[in-house]
Amino acid sequence: MTQAGSQRQRRRALLLGAALALLAAALLMIGAGVGSSGFDSVLAARDDVVAWQIVWNIRVPRTLGAWLAGALLGLAGALAQGLFRNPLADPYLLGSASGAGLGVAIALVMFGASPSATHWVLRLGLTGAAFIGAVGAVLLTLTLARGVQQTLRLLLAGVIVGVVLGAITDLLTIASADVLQAMQGFMLGSTALLGWDACGVMAACVALCLVAGWALAPVLDSLALGEATARSLGLPLGAMRAALVALLALATGAAVAQTGLIAFVGLASPHLVRSVVKTTHARLVVCSALMGGALLMAADLVARWLIAPQELPVGVVTAVLGGGYLLWLMHRRSRSDIR
Amino acid sequence: MTRLRFIAFALALLSFLAGAAPVQLTDDRGVTLRLPAPPQRIVSMLPSLTESICALGACDRLVGVDRYSNWPASVRALPQAGGGIDPNVEAVVALRPDVVLVARSSRVIERLEALGLKVVVLEPQTHADVRRVLQQIGQLLGSNEADAVWRSIESAMSAAAQSLPPAARGTRVYFEISDVPYAAGEASFIGETLARLGARNIVPEAMGPFPKLNPEYVVRADPQLIMGSARSLQGLRKRPGWAAIGAVKTGRICQFTPDESDMLVRPGPRMADAARLMAQCLSR
Repeated sequence: MTQAGSQRQRRRALLLGAALALLAAALLMIGAGVGSSGFDSVLAARDDVVAWQIVWNIRVPRTLGAWLAGALLGLAGALAQGLFRNPLADPYLLGSASGAGLGVAIALVMFGASPSATHWVLRLGLTGAAFIGAVGAVLLTLTLARGVQQTLRLLLAGVIVGVVLGAITDLLTIASADVLQAMQGFMLGSTALLGWDACGVMAACVALCLVAGWALAPVLDSLALGEATARSLGLPLGAMRAALVALLALATGAAVAQTGLIAFVGLASPHLVRSVVKTTHARLVVCSALMGGALLMAADLVARWLIAPQELPVGVVTAVLGGGYLLWLMHRRSRSDIR
Repeated sequence: MTRLRFIAFALALLSFLAGAAPVQLTDDRGVTLRLPAPPQRIVSMLPSLTESICALGACDRLVGVDRYSNWPASVRALPQAGGGIDPNVEAVVALRPDVVLVARSSRVIERLEALGLKVVVLEPQTHADVRRVLQQIGQLLGSNEADAVWRSIESAMSAAAQSLPPAARGTRVYFEISDVPYAAGEASFIGETLARLGARNIVPEAMGPFPKLNPEYVVRADPQLIMGSARSLQGLRKRPGWAAIGAVKTGRICQFTPDESDMLVRPGPRMADAARLMAQCLSR
């Protein structure tokens, strides 16, 4: 790439980032006004305690939380696709989704078990259980793959862990059918239950992951040139890869624990960014986080607004929107290839 | 002194008559809830709890229900606040409830409590639970009708059992919950009702309340009578090997309408009606 070309790309990335941030701010404003009781809650918020609570303690943290969870997924997606050099990689690839599912299932089964067990399960909560499950699954994948050296091994181990943990979850839900419904709720993915405390946790994770992701992204650039080239550049590949995997686990775990399984945001965000601008991984990671945030925020709004006063599960909306967009992208690309 | 005592007594009586006595209640989590007075605005997020509240004559205190609450007819006009899987927090809060009744598995519990709402977690699963939950809700409402309601359920169930011809006793029954197939075993409240009616459940207590069965198990147990919702039992005859089951050969299959199924699968005050429905099926 020429000097001028790279300069132009950098400017484009910056513009895209700014546009996405602006979009997020605008969506946050709209988010405060959309919900089951409509816009009048905003007007009444000044002198009505309940309306104020609805706007400030439900709609705003929920909208912000959707952005944060989407940002974590988008960032994780960019990291995963760079790390595995595979455009189909998504944040759940290392088994974190099924790990989180298993964590939730075990916690739910324990709720009904002995009182002593219930005590610590209650304290940990479903969120904590999901996070521990997600991180535990990634650790298991790493153990099975004997570290992070071989990408293909890692990928395979991730798939195996995902399938096996998913099967154990199924077994648990079949053994105690009363868990089934709560489990279904988790699998659907929802931003409806996000509060300020969830936002705080996710904001800390987003900040950490953005800084660390920006710092580690050059490894992904060199990896894109092939493993041998990356090694010849003298980078401490092993350590940096391990750090990237840890980052991936943290970002995905934090998002899954708070919102359940949300499809397509992690997969689609890096593609959307790349369709606008070709840039280095550092900028891709940041833009992808911004894209994921805006995407999930928009999906959350659609979920709330489409059949108001009722609402759709946001996971359903992201699957339809994200899937539709990827399909369109694929179609457009294959047509231009033919030409 | 006597005058003071009299005033205290009169005050207590007054507050009792006004229904303003403070309420204390321990729910299924073991959490104790205190309210200054019986709640006047209630949101129920579980159909069986909605029905229990109405059975205790407090239907008018309900301000919102979940998507699946549909009995009595008056609750259909109430605002809906999502379902058990996907509760709508904002809608619940907007209804300004004094108390929210939810099932144990509901994820919304923590969130609602964080928003400062009073949450009561109740989940009836057996006959004994239904009685206990009726009493708990009675306590919450400041009503003492719970025992009377339970007695009428009891006597209606006994009447249903007595209405059965002697030949119906000991009928081997398979009660299907869904076509996976999940069955209602002896340990479930449906199984308890069937036992009251003198039927023999093909799914023993040891298998748990609602076990997932191997279809082969049902064929081998050879039930004389099959009960289930019309939707689930569609294509029953086409299931491999099921044509050989006694109930299928003799056509003793009771397919319940959606409304009837709702009544049958909810552990609440309509258990007596459910028992009557099952008794009709058994004597057919």
